[in-house]
Amino acid sequence: MNNFFIKKFFYGDIPEEKGGGSDYQTKHDSTSWPLWEVFIRSKQGLDHKHAGSLHAADAQMAIENARDVYTRRMEGVSIWVVESKYITASNPEEAGELYEPAADKIYRHPTFYQLPDEVNHM
Amino acid sequence: MPVQNFEELFQQKIDNEIKIEPKDWMPDAYRKTNIRQISQHAHSEIVGMLPEGNWISRAPSLKRKAILIAKVQDEAGHGLYLYSAAETLGMSRDEMINDLHSGKAKYSSIFNYPSLTWADMGAIGWLVDGAAILNQVMLCRTSYGPYARAMVRICKEESFHQRQGFETLLVLSRGTEEQKAMCQDAINRWWWPSLMMFGPRDSESTNSDQSMKWKIKRKTNDELRQNFIDMIAEQIKVLGMTLPDPALKWNEERKHYDFGEIDWNEFWNVVKGNGPCNKQRINARRKAHEDGQWVREAAMAYAEKKQSKTKAA
Repeated sequence: MNNFFIKKFFYGDIPEEKGGGSDYQTKHDSTSWPLWEVFIRSKQGLDHKHAGSLHAADAQMAIENARDVYTRRMEGVSIWVVESKYITASNPEEAGELYEPAADKIYRHPTFYQLPDEVNHM
Repeated sequence: MPVQNFEELFQQKIDNEIKIEPKDWMPDAYRKTNIRQISQHAHSEIVGMLPEGNWISRAPSLKRKAILIAKVQDEAGHGLYLYSAAETLGMSRDEMINDLHSGKAKYSSIFNYPSLTWADMGAIGWLVDGAAILNQVMLCRTSYGPYARAMVRICKEESFHQRQGFETLLVLSRGTEEQKAMCQDAINRWWWPSLMMFGPRDSESTNSDQSMKWKIKRKTNDELRQNFIDMIAEQIKVLGMTLPDPALKWNEERKHYDFGEIDWNEFWNVVKGNGPCNKQRINARRKAHEDGQWVREAAMAYAEKKQSKTKAA
């Protein structure tokens, strides 16, 4: 691996070795709140869309926090929350095998069919 | 696949403007740099609430108070977007908070300056948020997906911050002699620290800039700083105020404003913890966290109790 040192930094990026610090230790939270994923419907008729995530003790609090964090400017009319641990995601490293079956089926697209101009609005 | 291939593939994606997502392979240094940068950016939002929170109870009118509360609430929200983005890289929220409280992680040194008068609320909105926006607009195109998405959301909300800041100063600049003097004084005190927000000069960097190659950042410190100066030097004319730099002058050849030397000693001193408010800021954060401990515990206990009741029923 490259072992370089990134010297430049800017707003919100100050290298640790220049910063100092102390050995202060935050009292460990015996109970840290679980992580939730937030999905928001921005208006009636549209799908819920992933907006981000947040920590909350339970579902009710997750919805209330999502209201404060993600809809301060009327960005939503409905909120879904689900604990992040219940989401199963596909593995990017298996993307090749997973999506390959669709790659050679161009006949699934309407443009595959050449039709006479008379019916070109079909 | 050997590591080399992974790295080549990774760089190819970056070169082709394909965003990197949490589960994708990435070099360790890319992960570390992003964790550091995003979490420190988050800390900046959270600590940034303190100088302004200082004036909520003393805002000159109910309107100004409501605006200031909304703005401070936005900063909290921005901190949360960014913490979540950093968490996708595998660092826990607890660790990040602890690093802030121990001083290991930094936040923008601008928030270590005190907010002495009401005019500071205007100067912070106009200059500090103005400088932040230039960085943030660039970061909307950063290569790490969750960071870029958080920045898009933040930028949408941030423009209100800068506009309200300018308007606050505009009102003062048209007020009594005392108000005008207060306005000029705030600008004088916030101008140089704002320029420092962009970080050291490009010439300070000796290595090839990996952050640029990975498209974590897309403009250099000096480029952004110059953009900022060119913008503010024009806007200040509307206020009828001046910037505290005798060397500030339009350069027809460069098509940019020339400006005086920044006091880098002061900059490093503040970064290292010797600014006017470093201790105060960290103590305020630690206290807030410690005082909130019982609330976090109680909420969790309540949630668990509720859940066990539902199960029993």
